[in-house]
Amino acid sequence: MIPVCLLVELPRGEAYRLDIDPPVSVFHTDDGEVFAIDDTCTHQDASLADGWLEGCEVECPLHASKFDLRTGAVDAPPAKRPVRTHEVFVVDGMIYVQPSTEAPNLPPCIAARLAGEPA
Amino acid sequence: MKTVAVVGASLAGLSAARSLRGQGYDGRLVIIGEESHRPYDRPPLSKEFLTGAVDEAELALEADGEDLDAEWILGTRAVGLGIRDRSVRLADGRAVRADGVVVATGASARTLPGSDGLAGVHVLRTLDDARALRDDLARGGRLVVVGGGFVGAEVASTAYGMGLEVTLVAAGPTPLSGQLGPDMAAAVSLLHADRGVRLLCGTGVRGVTGKPGEPPTTPWTAARGSGRGRVAAVLLDDGRSIPADIVVVGIGANPCTGWLEGSGVALDNGVRCGADGTTSVPGVVAVGDCAAWYDPALAAHRRVEHWTGARERPAAAAAALLSGGTAPFTPPRPPYFWSDQYGVRIQFSGHAAQADSVTIEDGDPADRSFLAVYRRAGHPVAVLGMDRTKLFTRWRRQLATAAAPVGTA
Repeated sequence: MIPVCLLVELPRGEAYRLDIDPPVSVFHTDDGEVFAIDDTCTHQDASLADGWLEGCEVECPLHASKFDLRTGAVDAPPAKRPVRTHEVFVVDGMIYVQPSTEAPNLPPCIAARLAGEPA
Repeated sequence: MKTVAVVGASLAGLSAARSLRGQGYDGRLVIIGEESHRPYDRPPLSKEFLTGAVDEAELALEADGEDLDAEWILGTRAVGLGIRDRSVRLADGRAVRADGVVVATGASARTLPGSDGLAGVHVLRTLDDARALRDDLARGGRLVVVGGGFVGAEVASTAYGMGLEVTLVAAGPTPLSGQLGPDMAAAVSLLHADRGVRLLCGTGVRGVTGKPGEPPTTPWTAARGSGRGRVAAVLLDDGRSIPADIVVVGIGANPCTGWLEGSGVALDNGVRCGADGTTSVPGVVAVGDCAAWYDPALAAHRRVEHWTGARERPAAAAAALLSGGTAPFTPPRPPYFWSDQYGVRIQFSGHAAQADSVTIEDGDPADRSFLAVYRRAGHPVAVLGMDRTKLFTRWRRQLATAAAPVGTA
């Protein structure tokens, strides 16, 4: 498990980007729930932590794809593939994330870069 | 409602079809498209598609396994609408009778008079246009971009990155001056100058010339057909001649509404619509680039030729169609668009023309990274960000929240 930050440091409606590889964003919804998903939009290289959080849905700040924080599913295009979700624990006021062991759905430009090709 | 025909198979048409199904419509759904392609995403056509970083398969808008239970009629243009029986007449002679019609026929690129049939002269609107331009850009050489809108600025950026020598010709004081207002457009245009892309602003274009031996092409000597040789130069209004191996013409688009003329559907620079996409004819709604929706914020009808409008607005139009125009609706969010140029993210939301002041709220144009807020009488009406994604999203959300009273049709 990876410590993220104290729950009190993450106000409702805000997101925190955890700089692991690939990065994970942790959202504190207006209803007080905490979710963690891959931070990188599956469509193109954009940080979902910078996105528009509404209910249990985040809209990519760039091209307006929407993802369900609970399932990672795409609610609106242009993204076609879901983001991974990660287990979140809050222990003694501290947020922890258990990273998923599934393969991430990274956008083509990032996947190409990781494979050592020009993006 | 037993049959709905969606005329247009790009983002707006697909979004309308998805909204209809999402809102419970389970009748016959016919999607008609002039192009032979399934719905595809156009923004990459001026960027990653040209460089080869994004291929055609990645442009597909439909998700794997997505099934709208629709009949697709592709590669066939609609040529007329009979409003009495709401029949859509097709170019191949067929007709599709429907109870509801969604007009999503988009817009077509304006061309430079006299450039027909001259190799090396391109417009950029469709996948086929982009394929042809991609192949030409791969040859390298001198590119002249005519037009200071998004297509022009983005193609200039992409081609610069591919190693071409680029000149951008814009009629306004700078590229994007109409969209961003002159001051902020000047700040964003520094991106071109930074890279050594040549900007020629404040001048119109008279025409293009062919290679020596080819007849000159000007608006008054327009000739159709192919085999007229290759472009050699762009002629400016001020008499200058700019040598060119490739020319991209990005001077706007005209709404594809000719097929509706005489049908009874009111047209006025696009299909004239209410703030929910309803037209002058019951059972006919319009979405996307061809639709001039009433914008309460402007108290005027306006075509919004942006991706997000084509994606978001069809939900309201589908609801209006299924309810006969009685569904309560939320006015659309303020226009939002993005542009990627030279690796910099430019984002804009709202209406620049309404503003009486613009202030830099964060960052500095000198660093090519800033956020600017446009205000009218002290109230924010638009926001512009250059590489300020997080802050931009907050402002965009604030603009949308301030502008979203719930109304009824």
